[in-house]
Amino acid sequence: MEIKNNDKISNFQLFFAIIEKLNSFFIHINLHNMITFSEVSKRYPGGYQALNQVNFHLKQGDMVFLTGHSGAGKTTLLRLIALIEHNTSGQIVVNGQNLSRLPTNRIPYLRRRIGMTFQEHRLLFDRTVFDNVALPLIIAGLRHQEIRRRVRAALDKVGLLNKEKSYPITLSAGQQQRVGIARAVINKPPILLADEPTGNLDPALAKEIMRLFMQFNQVGVTVLIASHALGLIKSMGRRTLILQQGNLIGDTYPRR
Amino acid sequence: MNHSTHPPISHRKAKPPPRNAWLMHYLYLLFSSLGLIVRTPLPSLMTAAVIGIALALPTGLYLLLENVQQVSSGWGGAAQISLFIKQEIDNKQVHALADQLYQHPDISSVQVITPTEALEEYRTLSGFGESLDALEHNPLPAVLVIQPITNEEITTQNLLNSLKQLREVEVAQFDMLWLKRLLAMMEIVRRGVLILAILLALAVLLVIGNTIRLAIYNRRDEIEIYKLVGATDAFIRRPFLFTGFWYGLFGGFIAWLFVNTSFWFLQGPVKQLTTLYYSQFELLTLNVLSSSMLLLSGASLGLAGAWLAVGRHLREIQPR
Repeated sequence: MEIKNNDKISNFQLFFAIIEKLNSFFIHINLHNMITFSEVSKRYPGGYQALNQVNFHLKQGDMVFLTGHSGAGKTTLLRLIALIEHNTSGQIVVNGQNLSRLPTNRIPYLRRRIGMTFQEHRLLFDRTVFDNVALPLIIAGLRHQEIRRRVRAALDKVGLLNKEKSYPITLSAGQQQRVGIARAVINKPPILLADEPTGNLDPALAKEIMRLFMQFNQVGVTVLIASHALGLIKSMGRRTLILQQGNLIGDTYPRR
Repeated sequence: MNHSTHPPISHRKAKPPPRNAWLMHYLYLLFSSLGLIVRTPLPSLMTAAVIGIALALPTGLYLLLENVQQVSSGWGGAAQISLFIKQEIDNKQVHALADQLYQHPDISSVQVITPTEALEEYRTLSGFGESLDALEHNPLPAVLVIQPITNEEITTQNLLNSLKQLREVEVAQFDMLWLKRLLAMMEIVRRGVLILAILLALAVLLVIGNTIRLAIYNRRDEIEIYKLVGATDAFIRRPFLFTGFWYGLFGGFIAWLFVNTSFWFLQGPVKQLTTLYYSQFELLTLNVLSSSMLLLSGASLGLAGAWLAVGRHLREIQPR
């Protein structure tokens, strides 16, 4: 009897072991690489080498910083992911899509799956905050009521709900950056790229912006933030890619 | 593995946008592009006026041609017959024949042109007066110009045949050559108008293309931002197409105004002139059909011009 019982238990154990294995297998599939760079180089016309054989990958749900001096290639790297620039050699895979095989007429659909914020904000200054944030949804052709609901939710999230009728020019740099963030996440993209989001902000505001990015990361968005604010990056305790003159010279994980 | 609890968010199938959202979007574009044009009234008016003038020229010429055709078709129905009388018949006999023919039921009028009158007319019209003096005797025959009572071809043809049988008649023929010449000339003018219309349509395309090109470059930053957040070229193109459409439509309307004003201006003197000749003549102006054709061609030229310009220049603008 006892032996039989033991057998039963070991069968159960085996069963759970298999489930666990399967589970980790599926987790592995779920956490596929969101962004993969293999031997990626970018040379601008005129010969300036912005990136030189860069290798790294970001898994789904990662939050990673990208740092380096100005001119190290941070912005170029982000722009390659959204196909604002094309890499001259190597291979970039974003969300399972090899970018060098992406036909030109599919680029808009790639960009809809990538939220991006810019150092100089890139807002439409003749439109209200509401219209700026609504832009990706208008492009996607959503119903007016749905747009209204989601824009207000996004503005609420970045704390600018009371500014929806204002024009961007009347906002501070931090507020403009947050409008840009709201626009970047309004379409619920799986990837969020941020170029110097805390550029000219005081530390308290910068911290607040970072908290926003962390919140988006917590709901599964893969976040890549280019920044040269080393102190801030250190305080966040996240994986950091370090660029120097176009070369990836460091890929550091925080000590746990 | 703290991420494992989150559901996979990649590869979501995008739901196709609802139908009426697109309809709303198109309506919005229709009126917002109109708003953009109205917001800069003077430059917009100038562009539309250039298009209007370019459209008014061929339209006006075409209408003129239609009117001439209407007049000549009124004449063309009244085929005259010329009877050339044999030389040996004298004036008295000719007049007797004329009186006799006037009694014919198929003939409404008979006009006698004696050889002397014919020579006189030829002398003044041809300018060979001096050389005609050198002739010893008048070579011209007497002519009877006969106006048949109906325009039916069989009746007039029978009349012609019976007149040919007359002893005094040398030759009898329909006097239509002048009409054929006129029609041939009008065909040339018609082709000319067609060529002019094509050239001016090209001009309209270029004017609209250039206007749209400027509009595109004025909104360059906006277009770049649209592209950055994932707008397709078709999406960006649409408002410019609507702008071209409006310019073309306004141009067509201005052309309509030009043509109608000009014809209204001409109406008085033309009426005075035509009452002297041809009392039933009514000056043709733009009717509902030709008016809508004018507006439609204006609008479609506007669309086409915008399409050409946008296609070329949108590709050049890539986000920085």
